Amino acid sequence: MTQPLLRVEHLTMRFGGLIAVNDVSFDAHEGQITAVIGPNGAGKTTVFNCIAGFYKPTVGRLTLTRNATPYLLERMPGNDIAGKARVARTFQNIRLFPKMTVLENLIVAQHNKLMRASGFTLLGLFGWPGYGKAEAEAVDLARYWLDRTNLTDVADEVAGSLPYGGQRRLEIARAMCTEPVLLCLDEPAAGLNPRESADLNTLLRFIRDEHKTGVLLIEHDMSVVMQISDHVIVLDYGRKIADGTPDVVRNDPKVIAAYLGEPEDSAAVQGVV
Amino acid sequence: MTAAERLKDAIMAAGVAALLALPLIGFETVDTGGPLGIKTRFDYIAYAAIAVFLGRLGMRIALDWRRNYRESLADKLDPVDAVKHKSVLSDLGRKADKWLMPALIGFAIIMPFLPFANRTVIDLGTVVLIYVMLGWGLNIVVGLAGLLDLGYVAFYAVGAYTFALLSMHFGFGFWETLPLAGLLAATFGVVLGFPVLRLRGDYLAIVTLGFGEIIRVILLNWQPVTGGPAGISGIPRPSFFGFPFAADPPEGTTSFHQLFGLEFASLHRIIFLYYLILALALITNIFTMRIRKLPVGRAWEALREDEIACTALGINPTNTKLTAFAIGAMFGGFAGSFFAARQGFISPESFSFIESAVILAIVVLGGMGSQAGIVLAAAFLTLLPEVAREFSLFRMLAFGAAMVLIMVWRPQGLLAHREPTMRLHPAGTKPGGGTP
Amino acid sequence: MEYFLQQLINGLTLGAVYALIAIGYTMVYGIIGMINFAHGEIYMIGAFIAVITFSILGIVGITWVPLALLIVLIVSMIITGLYGWTVERIAYRPLRGSFRLAPLISAIGMSIFLQNYVQIAQGAKIKPLQPMIRGGIELMKGETFSVTISYLQMIIMAMTLALMIGFSYLISATPLGRAQRACEQDRMMASLLGVNADRTISLTFVLGAVLAAVAGVMVSLYYGVVDFYIGFLAGLKAFTAAVLGGIGSLPGAMLGGLLIGLIEAFWSAYFSIEYKDVAVFTILVVVLIFRPTGLLGRPEVEKV
Repeated sequence: MTQPLLRVEHLTMRFGGLIAVNDVSFDAHEGQITAVIGPNGAGKTTVFNCIAGFYKPTVGRLTLTRNATPYLLERMPGNDIAGKARVARTFQNIRLFPKMTVLENLIVAQHNKLMRASGFTLLGLFGWPGYGKAEAEAVDLARYWLDRTNLTDVADEVAGSLPYGGQRRLEIARAMCTEPVLLCLDEPAAGLNPRESADLNTLLRFIRDEHKTGVLLIEHDMSVVMQISDHVIVLDYGRKIADGTPDVVRNDPKVIAAYLGEPEDSAAVQGVV
Repeated sequence: MTAAERLKDAIMAAGVAALLALPLIGFETVDTGGPLGIKTRFDYIAYAAIAVFLGRLGMRIALDWRRNYRESLADKLDPVDAVKHKSVLSDLGRKADKWLMPALIGFAIIMPFLPFANRTVIDLGTVVLIYVMLGWGLNIVVGLAGLLDLGYVAFYAVGAYTFALLSMHFGFGFWETLPLAGLLAATFGVVLGFPVLRLRGDYLAIVTLGFGEIIRVILLNWQPVTGGPAGISGIPRPSFFGFPFAADPPEGTTSFHQLFGLEFASLHRIIFLYYLILALALITNIFTMRIRKLPVGRAWEALREDEIACTALGINPTNTKLTAFAIGAMFGGFAGSFFAARQGFISPESFSFIESAVILAIVVLGGMGSQAGIVLAAAFLTLLPEVAREFSLFRMLAFGAAMVLIMVWRPQGLLAHREPTMRLHPAGTKPGGGTP
Repeated sequence: MEYFLQQLINGLTLGAVYALIAIGYTMVYGIIGMINFAHGEIYMIGAFIAVITFSILGIVGITWVPLALLIVLIVSMIITGLYGWTVERIAYRPLRGSFRLAPLISAIGMSIFLQNYVQIAQGAKIKPLQPMIRGGIELMKGETFSVTISYLQMIIMAMTLALMIGFSYLISATPLGRAQRACEQDRMMASLLGVNADRTISLTFVLGAVLAAVAGVMVSLYYGVVDFYIGFLAGLKAFTAAVLGGIGSLPGAMLGGLLIGLIEAFWSAYFSIEYKDVAVFTILVVVLIFRPTGLLGRPEVEKV
């Protein structure tokens, strides 16, 4: 059996006395959309931050397998997780470079590739032609994602001037410009209207089907999750309480209890968890 | 605000000003040999209070007027256009970089041959250009990478002393020493920056502030090497690529005036030095313009905007910031070796915190990022005390106040604007067939 | 041994002064997350007001030391506190929510402004102050060297100790302290719950300035001279003290201040007096490399 794209094993994260994530294990696969859901404070964003390297997990192993090479994410600094293991992410509160243009945002995302092409600046400084070619290719890639996210017309506008939905799309386009194998999205549908939400679903399916990129997303909006996910993981109080296809999860009594509050007779079910 | 409220507010402000002024302005300590004597100057307190009263009242009226103006503007424009409504000053900055820069460079090139150019004017021009170069160098650090360096003068000092020591003790010429001085200054930048740049931006500010002071302390106290407070004198002057500027060149060498068949004139060296610093400054400028369009330059600007987002894109923040810091230090080192070569004498006095503050003021007032703005600010800040001697006492007072006011009023800098480093659609055309 | 003890006493005195200044840095950092570069100048202003008030009292004939000291302390604390308040209003408050470098540049501008303001108003010369509190207790008599603690040193240490205790009480047990700690944790939430965040921040600056004023009064008595430049180095060292103790932590600032005072005194005594500032600065860099959170600080967890 092939290795999953991302394997999370026994992930635990403590802040002082608080256990935000408690012994969570799951897999995410290439060409699949994996959703992590759960009520507020369930530890979803913490799981994300551990995967993206913003926190160092207290216990646990995070293995990403790219080209049959395993990368142990918990041992890598954040920028290597993005640069070497190729995990890209977006943020719950959008983090663009607001004073730079939309296009520049996408070019910055291709930094490491362009750095090498510019001979770590030295060759680029003297106008080495190889750099010009690399830059043109970078612009082509940027344009590809601009077209997919409907931002081509505003490519030369400052990112901060885009409307909210545009900024969300730009953040995804920017993450995709790093050519990731795993794309982590932190509540991508938050604040979007139904139409934008539907467009987002189309975009995510496109990324999954055409690029075979694994997508890991945190989402509150159950309609988004149930429509596009291949695989759903439910967290509650830092523990995993369910793991399976949307249909299985939807009918899981523990999940219903976690979301709707527990009916009196389900205390027994909770006890099992 | 109603008129009565404004008046009340201004009276309050004047009252606070009077209280603040009471001990420090109202009483003047006089040395009498024994205990300090005291003279009173209560009239000054009244002046201070009145000035604050009028200033505050004026400010309130101006603010209310501006708000009304903006509200009326917002009614006229639809919200999308209002966002794009560019400020007059940043437009001015854009125009300055586009039109004023070539004009300034052209003027700087022909300046020594204009009729009014005498020794004093050319010397003054050289001083302005030193500050322009320092401003452009620091701008890489502060304006592009968003790192606050409060000890920039330390790198200037490293360059100057490297030049002085290498040329005095090892007989190195100007052109051999220049790269070494830059390299050494950059090395200092790396050694200092490496531990600190991992941390929050504020720490860099205070560490560079301390570093500037420490370099000064070492220069003052390391007598055998730096000559202590007396400094180093008799530093060899740069030659014209091996041809010295001398009336009677030593046996076997040709001097500059013989080479070109000119009458000897001491002005030749002054003009040569002027062009030398002009060339160095222009190199700094061209370098900055080019590196902005390279990945590392874009990464600097991106780091200034959002470091966490940069990390998530695979950019190593520490190394990237370090390159900006070291390159800025390198240009400071270049400027320092030019300074030592020109003066022929250096002492720790030239490298006090005030110098760092002046350079920072040039960058801030000029508008972080605007190359032309920095030229204007450098010219203004160095020429003003020359023109108005009595102003020199109040120079730093005014700089400090100006830095606060600009941060409050226009924190991005007076003429700040930002030109995109690349475009998808050529400038002036609007996608979708619209007109510009 | 005697020499060592004497340096210990001198170092503790110096450290007490640094600790008083360091509290101002650490409190402001805790509440609005910025380094108040102008704080060293606030301390310098406190020292100047002390010298001027002492001189005026001498001229009008109030020379009974306890009374003079009390008046000077009160005057200096009030006016210096007002300076702290004004600095915050002018240079920092309008910049909340501005870009990252803006408050730092504004603060350094303020620092330059205040330094030159005092220089112009009072002249660049060193201002001497006649010694007022003489004498001391001989603690130990050695063959060549005897250890003394002067009355002034005792006053400085006692005063610092009293202020620290009072201050810790203020922060831990009064409504003001609660408001302050609430703003430190989450300013937005605190203001939603009815804490006047602006006023709390203002008060933080005033409190920091008041403590700096006490330090200024003590230093003007201890060294007998002040000039417009003393705020720069003292500010740098007190900041180092705050970082060493863990910036944002009050006990940390006190501990850091004492340690910096001791290090400076022993370095001057056993190594070289010229390089004492270099030693302090080296400590700052070493702490930042190996333990950026300081001795008593907590690590900052950045939310993303």
